[in-house]
Amino acid sequence: MDRRDFLTARKRKKASASPQPFRTNSGINTYTGPWTEQEIVHLLKRTMFGAKRADVNYFKNLTMSQAVDELLTPTAPQPAPPVKEYATSGNATTPDTNIIQGTTWVNDINSDGTVQSQRRASYKKWWTGVMISQDRSIREKLIMFWVDHFGNEATEVGNANWIYKQHSLIRQYALGNFKNLVRDITKDVAMLRYLNGYLNNKNAPDENYARELFELFTLGKGPGSQYTENDVKEAAKVLTGWQINGATYTSVFNINRHSTTNKTFSSFFNNTVIIGRTGATAGDLELDDLLNMTFAQQEVAKFLVRKIYRWFVYYTIDAGTESNVIEPLADIFRANNYEIKPLLSALFKSEHFYDMLNRGCLIKTPSDQVIGALREMNVQFRPDTDWDTNYGLWNTFYSWMVNMGQNPHDPPNVSGMPAYYQEPNFHEIWINSDSLPKRNQFTDTMINSGYARNGFRVQFNCVQFAQGLSNPGNPNDLIEEALRLFFRNDLSAQSKAQIKTQILLTGQQWDYYWTNAWAAYEASPTTANFNTVNTRLKSLFQYFFNLSEYQLA
Amino acid sequence: MNKMKRRDFLLNTIPAAALLPEVINGYSVKAFNSNSPLVQALMRGNTLTDHVLVIVQLSGGNDGLNMVIPVADYSNYYNARTNIAIPQNRVLSIAGVTGTGIHPSMTGLQTLFSEGKAKLVQAVGYPQPNFSHFRATDIWMSGSNSNQEVYSGWAGRYLNYEYPDFPTGYPNTDMPDPLAIQIGSTTTLTTQGPTVNMGMSITNPTNFYNLINGTTDPAPNTPAGKELSFIRQVNQQTQKYSTVIKAAANAVTQQSAYPANNSLADQLKIVARLVAGGLRTRVYMVSFGGFDTHSVQVNAADTTTGAHATLLQRVSDAIKAFQDDLRFLNVEERVVGMTYSEFGRRIKSNSSTGTDHGAAAPMFLFGSQIDAGMLGVNPTIPSSATVNDNIPMQYDFRSVYATLLEKWFCLEKTVVDSLFPPNVNSQLQSLPLLKAGACSGITPPPPTPTDVVITNSPNPFTNSTTIKFTTDGGHVLIQIIDTLGRVLKILVDREYTAGTYTADFNSEGLPTGIYYARFQNGIIQQVRAMMKVR
Repeated sequence: MDRRDFLTARKRKKASASPQPFRTNSGINTYTGPWTEQEIVHLLKRTMFGAKRADVNYFKNLTMSQAVDELLTPTAPQPAPPVKEYATSGNATTPDTNIIQGTTWVNDINSDGTVQSQRRASYKKWWTGVMISQDRSIREKLIMFWVDHFGNEATEVGNANWIYKQHSLIRQYALGNFKNLVRDITKDVAMLRYLNGYLNNKNAPDENYARELFELFTLGKGPGSQYTENDVKEAAKVLTGWQINGATYTSVFNINRHSTTNKTFSSFFNNTVIIGRTGATAGDLELDDLLNMTFAQQEVAKFLVRKIYRWFVYYTIDAGTESNVIEPLADIFRANNYEIKPLLSALFKSEHFYDMLNRGCLIKTPSDQVIGALREMNVQFRPDTDWDTNYGLWNTFYSWMVNMGQNPHDPPNVSGMPAYYQEPNFHEIWINSDSLPKRNQFTDTMINSGYARNGFRVQFNCVQFAQGLSNPGNPNDLIEEALRLFFRNDLSAQSKAQIKTQILLTGQQWDYYWTNAWAAYEASPTTANFNTVNTRLKSLFQYFFNLSEYQLA
Repeated sequence: MNKMKRRDFLLNTIPAAALLPEVINGYSVKAFNSNSPLVQALMRGNTLTDHVLVIVQLSGGNDGLNMVIPVADYSNYYNARTNIAIPQNRVLSIAGVTGTGIHPSMTGLQTLFSEGKAKLVQAVGYPQPNFSHFRATDIWMSGSNSNQEVYSGWAGRYLNYEYPDFPTGYPNTDMPDPLAIQIGSTTTLTTQGPTVNMGMSITNPTNFYNLINGTTDPAPNTPAGKELSFIRQVNQQTQKYSTVIKAAANAVTQQSAYPANNSLADQLKIVARLVAGGLRTRVYMVSFGGFDTHSVQVNAADTTTGAHATLLQRVSDAIKAFQDDLRFLNVEERVVGMTYSEFGRRIKSNSSTGTDHGAAAPMFLFGSQIDAGMLGVNPTIPSSATVNDNIPMQYDFRSVYATLLEKWFCLEKTVVDSLFPPNVNSQLQSLPLLKAGACSGITPPPPTPTDVVITNSPNPFTNSTTIKFTTDGGHVLIQIIDTLGRVLKILVDREYTAGTYTADFNSEGLPTGIYYARFQNGIIQQVRAMMKVR
């Protein structure tokens, strides 16, 4: 799709913004403040999906610096690829009968529309499962960032094998080198398809990818980005000649379709001339020149840092943040040749990141809401061998995210999710009169009934969660500890007292009624004793999850 | 919409050119056509009624024996709980009732009795009473038997019957309003349906006023605070009933006076406003806690004062103000209220000037459509009460619920029976709680207290005793209950033609002490105390 058409058809309108609260002038000096449960929960809610209690406890034994290092250095192996959980289609012209259920489809060439539709669904379910069982690192959150950054739509691309390949490419580079990622994704088959790279030829250059390369992937469109329309045309010519080999699902360079003239760029690019090459390596050589030229711009680092900032910190970037945080981080990014890890390390170890004003202010994405809740409540799935049950259940949770407005790898358009760019409301877009009740409905359902497949039920186990707390027999401690994990903003003492009395004590005055009920359950976990504590804990958690505070991370 | 007449209410819901058949209960209006498809849709599984039930939960286990004092048996009462007994000359009388009075702080309720708007039901409980707050509360809310786990509420099941698809397709033009509203707490088991909770909750009166005024609680001046306020605002707007609640609240510009510093009054004030404002909501729940008076229930110097007295005063004042307000707002005939607590307290007081968990206790019903007075008799107080003695039940609480469903919400008896767990049904009685014509049924007169229908001989007995009972016919149930309220035996459970019959009770293996034979036949019930000696 040509994004320009989309944009001209519908103007971005500025809704009225709420007044800006106090912003901080803290910068990227290393944070030396307290390293307590509060800081750990803050860090984990931003870098992972939800702050699981086991993870919180793990990081209590490390320093802040060690914790960030570990989060940025995943050691777990990459997940196994998606498997064929779907039944061989009876409608397909060329069904993938050769792929046995339970084995992967990612290497099987089959461009049948029905088969690919099944595989796209399979990919979405698989990815949801991968995020739910994420390793103790930033990896999965960062992958989601990059997938959104490059904004491809799986439905538009169509071919799930290509989409999976793109996902794998991003997975490979997520904590690696940004420039190399851009280079490789330019030649990625799904990207060639999505932004018409495969149609881009010397006779009629297609500017789609060139434009988005500058506008969305590297330079942005802020005041520091002054590339011209002619730059876009020239870049398009640099990128001519790439094609997709439909038989092997690889990208190939066809010199005959390549524009071999010199390409001249504007003063913004210091009037760079990219020499037109001939021969089989022309495409790669000219691409490297294009990227060297682009990445020489200071703005690239700043643009990418701002995107990272909006994803992990907050959406407001005022003058103070720009000079105290964005620019120094951009310097680090450039100095490290666009390696992403040093940038992230500086950010997550900074005073700014741990500044009180930057805590609890990010509205959870649907993925935070769904996957974070599943992780925080320790929902367990079946072993990998039972892919039928797992994929079926993961599909339910994928559907919930879509229901709430986020379809991973299917953004509304190549700009990615509006929450990350739409002025002036940004992430407030996630919350409206349709989506907010759905968020509450999700947690209500998971508490009250959950979902079952093949006789296996996934549901929030509130009693089990309480058992993992340090003093569940004391209703005050129970509420305090649970709130410290679930909420980033504390409730008033009055609210907590009211919640305790109305819910845990169901209207009774004395704490010991809860204490006795809990002790009775622990001593003798009969059905009756279980139900007594379970009904109250379910009400308690349902109440917590329905409060506005729960939507913030 | 102020001071709406019933007929106006109905006209607002159905197109004018329709006629209802007379069989629709709860209305005296014949103005609509039963062939209208809209009316057909409404009639399908949906009982048309503008009746409202207000459930007042007293949390903690209210000491019924000091709330309703058995004046005719004063000396036994006084001996059982000397350190907390209400002086006989301070007990308030109940209009039309002798031998029974109410706590001196309940002057408001006394007035309601005089106005013919209050009913006292003695010794309401259930077999095998549970003495745990949590479990007992669940039992009262679910309507389950003592040994059953039921995960829905009695009102929830009723609402699910009336509105089977809820929440899918709700709100709609037939029912744009909440099905049930709970004020002052979170949604409870009472309104839990088979799958979802049928009610909505307004956690506290402040939230209610925030909702109708469009304000949110203050948040800190930080980015987090800014986002919190934003989300709270959306939350308010998406409360799908916020519009109708605001409209109803705004339709009422004036209410009569309510007592200050009375959280029950605060809640009931909101209820009155929403009912008068035109919400079609049928069930309201309010709650008031602090009744778990294990110690210092009274002031030693003056037992008519103290913690329990203050609680009862607040309850009485709140209900009186509420009733007066309903009259002021012209919706009095639409509302019936009831009080309940998860259990009563022990007959014998403890040495901490308090009482411990007990069993059966009295319930109040209030409203202009209530059949005023007293149902049941003073509970029997043993002359030397021990710490194990409890008030045996005269009425099963499920019968109270069932009566309200049948005679106030105008359900068919078979439907009512289906809303309760199966083995409760043989004990569901239709009690004389409402005035005749509240629905279109005729309420049979209550039995006069002097008719003795069950006796036993010999009494006291050593091994076995013969119970003699008289019936006008129909199903007879005789249960043998111990002082802890446990049903030990079902002696009789079958149909009889009119006559007098006997049944032997063999107490082999049972310890000496008091046993109660509880007789239930249609609306008649009596409890006979039998003493086993060595």
